[in-house]
Amino acid sequence: MKKEFKVIAELLPKNVRVLDVGCGDGSLMDLLIKEKNIEARGLEIKEEYVKKCIYKGLSVIEGNAETELHQFPDQSFDYVVLSQTLQAFYNPEKVLKELLRVGKSAIVSIPNFGYWKVRTSLLIFGKMPMTKTLPYNWHNTPNLHMCTIKDMFNFCNEKNIKIDKILGINEDKTSQIKRSNLEIKNLFSKIGIFLLS
Amino acid sequence: MTNIKKLNISKSLLLDCKQTIKDFPLAYETYGKLNENKDNAILVFHALTGDQFVTGLNPITKKDGWWTTAVGPGKAIDTNKYFVICANVIGGCMGSWGPKEIDKKTNEPYGLNFPVITIRDIVRSQETLLEYLGIKKLLCVTGGSMGGMQSLQFCATFPNRTFSAMPIACSTSHSAQNIALNELARQAVMADPVWDKGKYIKKNIQPKNGLAVARMVGHISYLSEKGMQEKFGRKLQERGDYDFSFNADFQVESYLRHQGFAFVERFDANSILYITRAMDYFDLSKQFKGGLTEAFKNQKTKFLVISFSSDWLYTTKENKETVIALNAAGADVSFAEIKTDKGHDSFLVNEPEFLKTIKGFIDSMHLKFKNEKRI
Repeated sequence: MKKEFKVIAELLPKNVRVLDVGCGDGSLMDLLIKEKNIEARGLEIKEEYVKKCIYKGLSVIEGNAETELHQFPDQSFDYVVLSQTLQAFYNPEKVLKELLRVGKSAIVSIPNFGYWKVRTSLLIFGKMPMTKTLPYNWHNTPNLHMCTIKDMFNFCNEKNIKIDKILGINEDKTSQIKRSNLEIKNLFSKIGIFLLS
Repeated sequence: MTNIKKLNISKSLLLDCKQTIKDFPLAYETYGKLNENKDNAILVFHALTGDQFVTGLNPITKKDGWWTTAVGPGKAIDTNKYFVICANVIGGCMGSWGPKEIDKKTNEPYGLNFPVITIRDIVRSQETLLEYLGIKKLLCVTGGSMGGMQSLQFCATFPNRTFSAMPIACSTSHSAQNIALNELARQAVMADPVWDKGKYIKKNIQPKNGLAVARMVGHISYLSEKGMQEKFGRKLQERGDYDFSFNADFQVESYLRHQGFAFVERFDANSILYITRAMDYFDLSKQFKGGLTEAFKNQKTKFLVISFSSDWLYTTKENKETVIALNAAGADVSFAEIKTDKGHDSFLVNEPEFLKTIKGFIDSMHLKFKNEKRI
């Protein structure tokens, strides 16, 4: 089980309604149902993942989050989760607004392009970074809009999106990120998790 | 007709056309055994030209049942495990109350004196069968095409009588294109002079030419352009060159003629008129004041909507509209599009990805339903 999923599960209260956008094979939904008695639904673009969810008895809709979030009514979920996918959309701003229309709150995680290993790769080796969280080459990456925790922080402030909490994950450690420690956490977190409303 | 199980429905049923009927036969078949907990019953609804003989040998046509690819011992819907029920629709011609049955008032077959029925009438008549079999809550309702419409209608009319529902390749109302194709089929039947306003039935003959054309129209719409091209292309039928005639030179012509004329041996022309009409009248949103959202309100049933990428009769877009309506009503819905070239027919043929999906859904729903019953 991914550390990130455990952190997301801890962020969520019990017995709420959650939409997992880009739910993959349903591991997070499974966890939320079992540990938090959450009513979980998924949206997933890949047919093979959709089927895996169906075999597990999870509720999943095959579809593209970029164009098909409109099918969910306003505020029909307590939380909408988007795990490490925001950077892959053509229009992340539009998607983010849709997440906050469908959900009362949104949990958005991003692979942090400000992580020190990513920075050194470009600085020292002069090459586009390839890490465990960013395993792609420059020419085949689905990540069109890479950003850092700091970028995301500034973006939310600019767009008047309320940040309720930011968590940074580095290996096994999770820490809370605030304006005061933003610079350092932006350097040492692999993944940033934003709780937005 | 032997080998046909019939239930006489004695309670009265008010049809959508305002006529009340009672004491009418409903022909049905079951496969597998209802278990002690009664948590393994699946109600299958057949499509336009189907019947109650889902799997195994159809005792009337002596051919495989229409869903033998999906239902049977060890199949995706495993009859070693599940109790599968299917009834012939009213308006049909395989033993249920339909236009070829005898009208007790006149002692003659109904013909066009049979009332125009709807998908809701069809579904409501089948609920009695569940009472008779002692099933309070089904594990699943499912069917493709018109069978899918009946699944949706069942959930809307009898909320929470089923734990799960799997409507396949269908929609919540018939599109203009669907109506147009059905009208083509009806006009083909009615243009045959033998049809004689439906009175052929008293003369014990059948408007074969018209009915065969109606079936050909259907067969074209069940295949995809690509599937048809790959299967037939411009291949000639058992000849090296054109005949310079109107014989079936092309394989695709030969296929259509074969399908058309094989069909007239087992189906009643008036039934085609009545059942296609029921499909055209189907519009779930019209039945509820608040439209589709109202139709699916307070549903605890778990839905899986399935579409086929090359189906142009009930497109993925139309199936997704069903999903949107279910979502808007807050229902628990899953959706999968099966990528295939086999067109609308995909649910009837051996399409491994489809079969795996329905098996995965039903097996997982059974586990959940068992747990729910235990609590």
